[in-house]
Order: sequence, then structure tokens, then C-alpha cells
Amino acid sequence: MYNNMLLAVDGSENSLRATQEAIKIASLVKECIIEVVVVVDFSQSKNDVLHAHGKEELELSRRRKLSSIEEKLKLGNVSYKIKILRGDPGETIVDYANKGTFDLVIIGSRGLNILQEMVLGGVSHKVAKRVQCPVLIVK
Amino acid sequence: MYKKLIEKLKTEWFSNVRADILAGIVVALALIPEAIAFSIIAGVDPMVGLYASFCIAIILSFVGGRPGMISAATGSMALLMVPLVKEYGLNYLLVATMLTGVIQVIFGICKIAKVMKFIPRAVMIGFVNALAILIFMAQVPHFIGISFMTYIFVAITLAILYILPKFIKSIPAPLIAIIVLTAVSMAIRLNLQTVGDLGAITRALPMFSIPNVPFNIETLKIVFPYSIALAIVGLLETLLTSSIIDDMTETEGDKHKEARGQGIANIITGFFGGMAGCAMIGQSVINVKSGGRGRLSTFVAGVFLMFLIIVLGNFVVQIPMPVLVGIMIMVSISTFDWSSFSYLKKAPRSDATVMLATVIIVVATNDLSKGVIAGVVLSALFFVAKISKIEVIKQNEDQNIIFNINGPLFFASVEGFVQSFDFTVKDKNIIINFANTHIWDGSAVGAMDEVIIKYYENNNKVTIRGLNSTSKKLVDKLAVYNNAM
Repeated sequence: MYNNMLLAVDGSENSLRATQEAIKIASLVKECIIEVVVVVDFSQSKNDVLHAHGKEELELSRRRKLSSIEEKLKLGNVSYKIKILRGDPGETIVDYANKGTFDLVIIGSRGLNILQEMVLGGVSHKVAKRVQCPVLIVK
Repeated sequence: MYKKLIEKLKTEWFSNVRADILAGIVVALALIPEAIAFSIIAGVDPMVGLYASFCIAIILSFVGGRPGMISAATGSMALLMVPLVKEYGLNYLLVATMLTGVIQVIFGICKIAKVMKFIPRAVMIGFVNALAILIFMAQVPHFIGISFMTYIFVAITLAILYILPKFIKSIPAPLIAIIVLTAVSMAIRLNLQTVGDLGAITRALPMFSIPNVPFNIETLKIVFPYSIALAIVGLLETLLTSSIIDDMTETEGDKHKEARGQGIANIITGFFGGMAGCAMIGQSVINVKSGGRGRLSTFVAGVFLMFLIIVLGNFVVQIPMPVLVGIMIMVSISTFDWSSFSYLKKAPRSDATVMLATVIIVVATNDLSKGVIAGVVLSALFFVAKISKIEVIKQNEDQNIIFNINGPLFFASVEGFVQSFDFTVKDKNIIINFANTHIWDGSAVGAMDEVIIKYYENNNKVTIRGLNSTSKKLVDKLAVYNNAM
């Protein structure tokens, strides 16, 4: 059964729906852990550091973007943990997923970056291709 | 003891060799046009910027505090040098560079990085935006109103710079633009200005020399204001870049070591014919994105840059100016913080004002340091105004009149404080509750005295409640109302 799930989010509407599906699955399994992963793109770093005042505020503002997702997870009574990674979103998620022992990866089909994601989201496409465990793409 | 040294060497230099070397090469390729363009902005020979980038990068790879960060000749520093070079020439610039280094070393020893936390983000955002605007404005004389062909070349350069990276990711677009367009302009005899028209490229390593200036107080007086501005701007941009790289690599750099290192690099660079420089946001991000993490990447960037100049120096003089202009326009666009527009809408009015004021002052004076100082001062004034709001809430309880004070009591809020009381009452029991406030200075104690004594004059009884320990200490030391009882 899906005991160890990786939920890749970026704060978009789409990833909120992905969270919804993750909760649905988690509610069917007794001891299910969802690991929520957000990837901070390198070019975001410059923007974020400039607008935040100090490291603590930076972490805080990043976690706040996930607040609606966290709310949903808490309401769904799911045990979860949040991990913030850095780098190219597609590659980082793939590496992280393959390094860990996940039964399922859940990701939204389109994220925040409209320019890069024309048909099927660039990131979700990469993840679907290269992750070794099953992938659930939520539309 | 040796074991520790070798361990350190391994982690800081050799833990990421292949990626560091490749990233360093990419950075060097992107750095050449920038170093040349910044030299032109400053009004000096292109070699000055190239020698500077070579020296600064290599020295900082050894003494810097933030591995993976790239320092070289920069636009922000170049812009400050313009009047000095125009009036006094290169030699004075070299002395200014050395003095900048000395000031930075002193600042570094005094742990000035700690002062960074007092610089509000509105000022930092203003700094970055003003820098972008100034870099763009510096390009204008090189492409507006020269020739139709100039516009075309700038347009083609920009097209290459923005479209090509979608297809070719391994070779930096600026390099491709330069190679292709220089070849084109050499093949077809177009009447374009080239780098060679603005300065010579000597294919030689920098040499140690003492600048040809009189070593007296006169020189110091001329050079000092420039050096102080350069020191401030250099450290500011460096510490900002350092934070960004810290975040990107999820490691913590040593800001104090970096400040000292910047100083050392600038001192030595002055002796080798280079202009003062600092860390570069753009290049450092490119370095980390390309996989660079250790000191080796910075070192390789410097060495490879010099290698390319020595080998390809003759080619570099043929580079058409419009191509450099195009690259600089791209740099200015990517330096500008485009999310500032939504920031202006969302941020508090005072922050937005500080940001705009910083930008306006920088652009008006062509001096980044003046804008930053003005921004910090303005921000401090706003801050004092904001926290000087003190609230006095009155409640009537049985026979007593209770005043609850909210907000800090200090020199800027005493007026509001005193005016909130009605002193016409007589024979009442007054209780003043200080539990939600703090007495900060002598003015505050004085105001407290004034209020209490005024009430005594009308035969009221006054009880003081809720003073926290620091406030109480100050009151006990300075207050006189006890004597009036």
C-alpha cells in the first residue's frame, strides 16, 4: 500500500488540488506519511533574499506560501512533514524522489510558471519520466 | 595541525573539482564583456577592468569568506569612479582603489557586517533598482544617435541573448553573441565603433607598480570621499550577494572574513593596475547555477579570464560596441527587481517612499552611496515617527481614574503623552498603569514627572503601577516627583 508518499508542491492552485488527492489516499491507509517538498528555484533566491529581512523572515515567508496546503493537511488529519529544497525544480524533485523510499509521488500538472508549461507541465513531465516509483499527476 | 589544514583545503577547494572548473570557465566567458563594459563606463582602458577582475577573483578565492561567490570589477563601483577619472586620471583611481581596500579591511575588522541588519530592505531594493537604471543610462551615449547600424546590432544582440539560451544552455549566450557579431562586423566592413576605439587591449599580465601621484595630504583629500563611497557600496553589494549565495547553497559564509578579504583584494589590485571591485550578484548566481560551489570556481574564473585575454586579445579589440551595449542592457534588465512594482503596491507607504527616494537620489546624484545613506536616514525617521505613537486610555473605576499607557515613552512620544491628560480634576485618586509601556530616556522620566506634579498641584493622589524593572531603575535614578509629595 502507499505508506510513504512524496507530495511536490509550489503553492499554486494546482498543487492545492494535488494535496487534496494526497489526503484522499492517505485517509485510506492506516499509517501513511506524506512528505511535502517545495523547490526554491535559484533565481527566486535573489528575489527572496532582497525582499526578506534576514534569514528567519525568509524561511517564514516561504512557509507562509504553503499555509493553505498545510491547513488542508491538518484538516485531513494526515501526518506530514515539510522539506524545502533548492535548485532546478524538475531535477531536484526527481533526485529527491529516487534517493528516498517513496511508494508514490504526487504532483500537479501545471505549476506557477505559465511560460514554461505549455501542455503538460515541464516539471511534472520530467518527474513522470524519470522518477522510479509510480507518479500521480493531478490536473 | 596539518590534518586540519588539509581537511579544510579538501572541503573548500577540492570537494567539487569538475563542476567548479566548468563553472569557473562559464563565468570567465561571461565576465570578459562585463569587465570591458564597466571599464568603459568608468572612463578607463578596458585592461583596467580586466586586470581588476583577474586580481580580485584570484585573491578572494584565497582570502574571501564566501566560497562560490564571484568578485570582479563591477558596474556599481565603476559608476562611482567616473568623476574621479575624468578630473584626475587613472593613477588617482588606483590610489583610490588601494584606499578603498584599506577602509574595507578596517570595516571588516570592526565587524561591519553586523551593521547590515540596520539597512532596511526598502533601501536594498532601491539600491538594486537604481544600479540597474544607472547601468542602462550609461549605455545611452554609446547607442542613441550614432548610426542606424548601431541600433540593429544592439537589437540582434538582445535577440541572441534572450532567445539562444532556450536552445543552447551550455555556452553562455553573451559569448556566442560576441563571437558571431564580431565575426560579422569583421567580414562586412560596417562602420561600427569597436572596443579598440575606446582603449587598447594589451596582451600581458598585470605588473606591480606604484601609481604616479604625489604622496601627500592633497591627494588623500581628493581621493578619500571616493574611497569611502566605494568602500560602502562595495561592501553593501558584497554582503547582499553573500546572503543570496548563502541561501542558494544552503551554507553559511563568513561575512567578516569576506569584508576583510574584499579589502585585501582591492589594496593589492590597486598595485597591479586594476580598478576597485566587489562581489557580483549576476555572476555569482551564474556560478552556483552552473554547479560552482568552492573556491576553485572563483580561482578558475580569474585565471581563465586572463588566459583568454592573452590568447585572444587581438580579437577582443574588434568587438563592436553595440554588442557590449546589448549585453549591458541585458545586465541592467536582470539586475532590476521587477517584483518592485507589486512591492510598491503591497508594502507600507513609508517603505515604498524610502525605496523611491533611494532610487531618485541615486539617479539624480549618480552616486549609489548617497542614495543608500539618504534611504537609511529617511527610514530611521519614519521608524521613530511610527513608534512614537503613544496611547493613553482612561477608565473610571469606583472612585479612581485609571490611565493605561500603551506604546513606548521616549523623547519623540512625550508630547502626545502629556497632552492626553486632563489636569483640571481635583481631589481625585489617579492611578497610572505603566505595564504596557517602557520608559526609555530622561525625556520620558521628565514627562512622567510633569504629569504627576501637575496632578499633585490640584490635590490629587497619584499611584504608579506596572513599571518594568528597566523603567523603574531609570525612574528611581532621575525622577523628582517623589520630592514634590
